[in-house]
Amino acid sequence: MNMQRLMKSRELLLALALVLLVGGIAVRFPAFASPSSLGNVFNDTSILIILALGQMVVIITKCIDLSVASNLALTGMIVAIINASAPGIPVAFLIVIAISAGALMGAINGFFVWKLEIPPIVVTLGTLTIFRGIVFLLTDGAWINAHEMSASFKALPRADFVGLPVLSWIAIAIIGVMAVLMTRTAFGRATYAVGGNPHASVYTGINVGFTRFAAFIISGSLAGLCGYLWVARYAVAYVDIAGGFELDVVAACVIGGISIAGGIGSVAGAVMGALFLGVIKNALPVINISPFWQLAISGAAIIIAVALNARAERTKGRVILKKAEVV
Amino acid sequence: MDGSARILPDRLNSGFSSLIKSWETLLLAVAIAVFIVNTFTSPYFLDPWNLSDATFNFTEKAMIAFAMALLIISGEIDLSVAAIIAIASTAMGYAVQLGAETPTLVLVGVGVGLACGAFNGLLVTRLGLPSIVVTIGTMSLFRGLAFIILGDKAYTGYPADFAFFGQGYVWWVLSFELVLFVIVALIFAIILHRTSFGRTIYAIGNNPTAALFSGVRVQRVKFVLFLLTGLMSGIAAICLTSRLGSTRPSIAMGWELEIVTMVVLGGISILGGSGRIPGVVIAALILGMVTFGFGLLNVPGIVMSIFIGLLLIGVIALPRVLSQLVKAKAQ
Amino acid sequence: MLDHKGTVPVNVQDTNASPGATPILELSGISKRFPGVLALDDVGLKLYPGSVTALVGENGAGKSTIVKILTGIYQPDGGTIRIDGSAKRFATPHTATLSGVTAIHQETVLFDELSIAENIFLGHAPRNRLGLIDWSAMHTRAADMLANVGADVDPTAKLRDLGIANKHLVAVARALSVEARIVIMDEPTAALSHKEINELYALIESLRQTGKAILFISHKFDEIFKIADRFAVFRDGREIADGLIDDITPDDLVQMMVGRSVDQIFPARQHHQGTEVLRVAGYCHPTEFQDIGFSLHEGEILGFYGLVGSGRSEFMQALFGITKPSKGAVRIDGQIAVVRSPAEAINRGIVYVPEDRGKQGAVIGLPIFQNISLPSLSKTSRAGFIRLAEEFALARDYTARLDLRAASLDQDVGELSGGNQQKVVIAKWLATRPRVIILDEPTKGIDIGSKAAVHEFMAELASQGLAVIMVSSEIPEILGLSDRVIVMREGLMVEQFERDELTPEKLVRAAADIGEAA
Repeated sequence: MNMQRLMKSRELLLALALVLLVGGIAVRFPAFASPSSLGNVFNDTSILIILALGQMVVIITKCIDLSVASNLALTGMIVAIINASAPGIPVAFLIVIAISAGALMGAINGFFVWKLEIPPIVVTLGTLTIFRGIVFLLTDGAWINAHEMSASFKALPRADFVGLPVLSWIAIAIIGVMAVLMTRTAFGRATYAVGGNPHASVYTGINVGFTRFAAFIISGSLAGLCGYLWVARYAVAYVDIAGGFELDVVAACVIGGISIAGGIGSVAGAVMGALFLGVIKNALPVINISPFWQLAISGAAIIIAVALNARAERTKGRVILKKAEVV
Repeated sequence: MDGSARILPDRLNSGFSSLIKSWETLLLAVAIAVFIVNTFTSPYFLDPWNLSDATFNFTEKAMIAFAMALLIISGEIDLSVAAIIAIASTAMGYAVQLGAETPTLVLVGVGVGLACGAFNGLLVTRLGLPSIVVTIGTMSLFRGLAFIILGDKAYTGYPADFAFFGQGYVWWVLSFELVLFVIVALIFAIILHRTSFGRTIYAIGNNPTAALFSGVRVQRVKFVLFLLTGLMSGIAAICLTSRLGSTRPSIAMGWELEIVTMVVLGGISILGGSGRIPGVVIAALILGMVTFGFGLLNVPGIVMSIFIGLLLIGVIALPRVLSQLVKAKAQ
Repeated sequence: MLDHKGTVPVNVQDTNASPGATPILELSGISKRFPGVLALDDVGLKLYPGSVTALVGENGAGKSTIVKILTGIYQPDGGTIRIDGSAKRFATPHTATLSGVTAIHQETVLFDELSIAENIFLGHAPRNRLGLIDWSAMHTRAADMLANVGADVDPTAKLRDLGIANKHLVAVARALSVEARIVIMDEPTAALSHKEINELYALIESLRQTGKAILFISHKFDEIFKIADRFAVFRDGREIADGLIDDITPDDLVQMMVGRSVDQIFPARQHHQGTEVLRVAGYCHPTEFQDIGFSLHEGEILGFYGLVGSGRSEFMQALFGITKPSKGAVRIDGQIAVVRSPAEAINRGIVYVPEDRGKQGAVIGLPIFQNISLPSLSKTSRAGFIRLAEEFALARDYTARLDLRAASLDQDVGELSGGNQQKVVIAKWLATRPRVIILDEPTKGIDIGSKAAVHEFMAELASQGLAVIMVSSEIPEILGLSDRVIVMREGLMVEQFERDELTPEKLVRAAADIGEAA
């Protein structure tokens, strides 16, 4: 049982770090720890959380998706254009379009990984530039501004529902769905098997390529959803939105203890990894540190997190001596 | 042992037949095609000064790409190279404020590059961390430091003679950067293809375990490769800073992906173990010419990146699609 | 010499002799071709309910290919699979499972990072009413399964924390967790201790009594004759014979397997013990081995015998500088030697031919000559620049000594057969002119011809004054070549035997922890 606890303690450790971080700031600036302020932090981090959850599935299957931010920018632009030209189309339908467009882009990535066995980093590096280039082609570089968007389009993420913005509720719902998917469904468990031991997965009857394909579709759909959320929340769509955000997403996963080597990671870890970055971003102006520190701090956090996780994962060699067997 | 020793021939294929089938030949054909298309689409393309200008599109990136090629062959990667440029350039700008002259600036650029490479190398080889994650972290860290120091300001006021590295010409249309590019390409080709160090890089990339079991000091070789990548990033920082004449923290933003694209397009397997320097040279030329040709046609850079993305996936997918078609036909 | 199916002394193919049975599973005319080899050539196999069929054959006979076809990993190029008389196609491992076929593969087929319970139930976990995985039911059922196979472990623990024997039992539990009628066991006792083996036998007996058909693959003749009631023999991808165990003797079986009469010929050796080269004292590792100590002399072949997973390879890798021992000392020629890396070991004259040729031995992807020169690059280069001519000369010399079969020195080692890859690895080491050569399972998975060549070569090396350590699980090899044998069990040195006191029985008893016969 104690190994199990150690495994769980990785998330516990992260939670502790998060509490210490918030607590440390609250000592000097108590307002930061007020429920409404923390709610703001969560709301502000919602998009990162959703993207990190999609990335988590992909990384657990031993792949990586660098195209999520470009996917977000492209779907965001698509729904903004539709909304600007046909404001009558209901927002719910636009969300379906965003998710479908995102899923299609994820499927393209997944197809190359599954059927042509091209390394995921190469595929998504390519689609990263292609998707963002297409955003430019759609509008010739023009922005779609707030006044071109319909009121309902912009209002949804901010709308208040039982004290929290809808954006936060969407993130909470997705956390719930992903938790069930990863721990309670055959697909979720297959992703761990595929990343942990692809060879053995074949013997177990798991289709490794298809599992990865599906993981890319999940990552793509969530990125598509975030495309709408981002554009609606900030009420602007242009080529460079969320530029470089893919690295924040990977960073959230790494800080959250998701092993880039595949097979290890949890929903709680991904969420807390994203929150860790979110707290830092939101705390810097509060404690009067220039926002220019944010990048360096998240870089240091990534390095420290991966070093700590590697220590925990390090294999001690085979267990042969009877006295060394832990059961 | 029956005493009648069996002497094996050194090689069966002649060098020529394998040359015909090589990746470099395919790339060269693409390069020639791009050259011809460019010649016909723009009357300005063949002008020697225009061509010389065009080389600045790739010289700095390619210098890093050579070191990155070695690193990727060994099975590692460094995504922090552009951030190293940013921090090295910032350090040089800072030194200028303190009144440093050109020789000191060069030392600072090279020194910061080496230090960053050593930092990456130590994290990967000493702590055994995956290089892709480590260098995503140091990418944020290094560029973040540049942002902390510079914020939204910029360093200017570099000494006049410092401009030579990025703007000077050695002879006629031959810029200093172009000459440096050629020299660096030769040095890296010799290191990779002619020395025992280069041989161990291939061994590590093909099978790190067997290389270790064969007495190769795997971690030491990898550390040296990170150091080399840092060094080349420092040198590129000198050239780029000199060419721009100023430093902003966002300098060379996104270059890491362009450099990796150049390396992969050059036929270096992202999985490690194979690829050659001449391929990277040709890939650099192709990317440079495509950028230049699109530029002459006033095509924006972002559209160009679509083409480069397609090229990257296309050249890797094509051989696989063909081999699958052949397999399907055989069945 | 006998040829295929020629003078086999039993009632070949006469399966109707078995009382009252129609086979559950019947393979006929199965063929499977891989690039360059015909792995299976028109073979058949029948498995009967309530019966244990032993499948025997040398390495490379096609046993593992037939297992992979039965479990849906490979598709046969020709032939039919029938279950209860109706033809089936196992397109995926999943369809094989649905048809009631389950297999206990070797330990690699499990997931280190998942819990023991999940390793048992992955792919067919218990669900609740909503169709979601029911973890508490999974843990309860896993605990039952584990108790059933005699494994005393916590189902919620992670697999990576188990020893090899318990991992094996988890694999058995996994196979039994599906409602299978046909159970394939691929060397299930290889890594188990005596007690665990007996528990497994009891389990197999209970499976047999519930009417399951069991295919039992083993190299151990004693257990074949103990638990199997039928046999099938494969050789070089062909089916040689099948029938009832009661009709044959172990000698018949060996003859059918090998196709020639029994005893392997080992090179005659004169034991010239020279001066001491290597002395190891008190070598320990936190989890792998403890208190290893011995000395080794010029011209000596020291055998290390033990079950798979007894810590032999792990100790050798520590000696070679791959892993760090926690305690202990090594002396080479009387001088204390600190070996922290393979490079240092090689400089000290210790070299290691690993068991896992593809992963640790040969650098697949590099040509033969580059593999051979890899540890000797400092000799074939000047100031760091490689001299190709010298490199080829070195490779030419040593490949000729080992009689390597290849097209050219520029050929990728990955294209060579196992035996020839092994020769490349040995050539690589001889080119460094070592004092001590450690060979870990030197003939595992290579054909008989190459095997004899490797044996002969080892004897020759010893006669030239090299000190040789041979790790092997093959008793004939240990008996035929060693001057002295150390037996390891569960990470400890349990016995040492001089050549003249060696018997197969003593080795087996020491390795498996069986007391003296009453």
